[in-house]
Amino acid sequence: MTLKTILTGATVALGLAAGAVIPAQAQDDKTKVGFIYVGPIGDGGWTYEHNEGRLAVEEHFGDQVETVYQESVPEGADATRAITQMALNGADLIFTTSFGYMDATLAVAEKFPDVKFEHATGYKTAPNLSTYSARFYEGRAIQGHIAGKMTESNIVGYIASYPIPEVIRGINAAFIHARKANPEVEFKIIWAYTWFDPAKEADAATALIEQGADVILQHTDSTAPQAAAEKAGGVVTFGQASDMAEYKPFPRVSSIIDDWKPYYIARTQAVIDGTWESHQVWDGIGPGMVAIGEITDAVPAEVKQEALALKDAIASGEYHPFTGPLKKQDGSDWLAEGETADDGTLLGMDFYVEGLDADIPQ
Amino acid sequence: MEKRPQPSRRWLYLSPLLAVVVTMLAGGALFAALGKNPVEAIATIFWEPLFGEFAFYYRPQLLVKGAPLVLIAIGLSLGFRAGVWNIGAEGQYIIGALAGAGVGLAFFPLDAWFIFPLMVIAGALGGLAWGMIPGLLKLRFGTNEILVSLMLVYVAEKLLAAMALGPMKNPEGMGFPGSRNLQQYPSAHNADLIADTGMHWGVVAALIAVIFAYILLGRHVLGYQIRLTGQAPRAARFAGVNPARLALFCLGISGALAGLAGMFEVSGPAGQVSIDFNVGYGFTAIIVAFLGRLHPFGIALAGLLMALTYIGGEIAQSNLGLPSAAIQMFQGMLLFFLLAVDLLTNYRLRLTPRPETA
Repeated sequence: MTLKTILTGATVALGLAAGAVIPAQAQDDKTKVGFIYVGPIGDGGWTYEHNEGRLAVEEHFGDQVETVYQESVPEGADATRAITQMALNGADLIFTTSFGYMDATLAVAEKFPDVKFEHATGYKTAPNLSTYSARFYEGRAIQGHIAGKMTESNIVGYIASYPIPEVIRGINAAFIHARKANPEVEFKIIWAYTWFDPAKEADAATALIEQGADVILQHTDSTAPQAAAEKAGGVVTFGQASDMAEYKPFPRVSSIIDDWKPYYIARTQAVIDGTWESHQVWDGIGPGMVAIGEITDAVPAEVKQEALALKDAIASGEYHPFTGPLKKQDGSDWLAEGETADDGTLLGMDFYVEGLDADIPQ
Repeated sequence: MEKRPQPSRRWLYLSPLLAVVVTMLAGGALFAALGKNPVEAIATIFWEPLFGEFAFYYRPQLLVKGAPLVLIAIGLSLGFRAGVWNIGAEGQYIIGALAGAGVGLAFFPLDAWFIFPLMVIAGALGGLAWGMIPGLLKLRFGTNEILVSLMLVYVAEKLLAAMALGPMKNPEGMGFPGSRNLQQYPSAHNADLIADTGMHWGVVAALIAVIFAYILLGRHVLGYQIRLTGQAPRAARFAGVNPARLALFCLGISGALAGLAGMFEVSGPAGQVSIDFNVGYGFTAIIVAFLGRLHPFGIALAGLLMALTYIGGEIAQSNLGLPSAAIQMFQGMLLFFLLAVDLLTNYRLRLTPRPETA
């Protein structure tokens, strides 16, 4: 690189600074949809399902759209560049599919007012930045019920990722319903501090099994815990984010599936029609954003029926997984008899419910 | 194959270039096997960031991505030359970031000019202290600095998670982990010195480090001692070098530089202390140090080349749909071929069969 090219670069950069807002490049009339993934597509869990959503968009719109993606994007400074790069290359709509992309997405959204952004599981919005998330905790309630019924050691292991409200909510929902099904049940929780790391997840699963757990719930995305459970034998697991059907019928007895397809298609359609508006969406089993994977025959028929009844009640809105009377872990009152939790409390949940014998990492 | 009496000077400089060329060929074959146009893929990685349509955005990003690599690699190279193996720069990088950000967050929301300089000092001291631990343990108990410095990376990662979830958590973050965003706190923000050029203080520090390292190695007695200890430890001892003190110096200085890199990153491009703050600069810098032949100017070039493969690799991923694993393999090939081609520096090929000797 000669001095001249450096200077040219600097001049262009300076010109850019003066203009502050970078115009998105208008390409052909195809709508370009970008996806930023936190893990590899082959994780078999979270990123896999987002990619299924991307493929559904391609299939649904055919030649009308073009999709691009980048996988394993670290959260932080690298995410800003990855998102900017997509916007520069003419993306009209960009989905950033992990909580940790929040500030990066917001920063890029400010620079590209004509591009629409959708950030999964966050809480910051802008006129061209929506958030969307699924009520995974509804699925956790059903898992908790099955877990409570299936455990013989009365110890349920839980592989948690990060102590953020979404994960704490899942632990609470699972615990409440496991206790309802089996008052003797105890939870052992391991924090893996990762969304996807097969080695760490396998270690966590093995540690939980050694501590006597015969049911393992996970909020991490790989199938490593299923493999560890299969090796140990007699340990029940559930698919996370994706069906993880290759471990059917045992150890994987059911699963929570994130189904982003309808949402991604609807939002792409909105961009094509010019009707896209910023919003905050939080959908559950009812609208189909959360699905419960097949409950296998390893689960007694009676338990399966109860679980399905619970699912129907949640889907119809007849039952809310956080219904009082419920107390917080410290014994203080939270919800009175028949009262249900409001979304604000759920979105910022930073406490355990009564009965959980563990501490949230501080 | 025959050992050269002396390492070839010509090959010393040619081999990195040859390694890049061979990597391009092998990488092209890899991309072709994945069903992509190899020429287009290679061109995207090496050409697009520098001269492509959006080079105005990518060129500054090269500095952003390259600066921490160069800063850390310069520190490491001093130790590597003296045979002191600091593998834990990643941990020193984290601690520097925590110390620097800690000072900045402690002053929030005070608006004062002295906050950023204090953060710089804290960052350097944090990294220095973390780098000194393996040094002091080596001195006192004869432990292996490779193991201790590597293990301390994991300790630092745990500390980082604890800080992001506890003491440094943003009180206005609705319970989510991660500190306040320092980019939104002007007194602590390591902003671009000229907007959108990528020239933040970390880049300046990297440049200064390159020049200082060059002078140190070429002109200063300490540099002479470092080189001598690496090449002939016994001779160095006779020349009056205190190996323990030299090891401490190398670990301390590489720790301080890694700490500075972390501090500039957390207050600039990254913005906040988060659980996943570290993305492997400390480990990649080891590659950069060797790719640059442990020479300050070589390291500066190697850092930029590494940054280029990162950024070009990202463009190739999203424009051509190449999987990220293929890009990582491509980067791995670079080191592999460099080491392979290195053989030519110390050995030469003989085309004729060796004459039989009695």
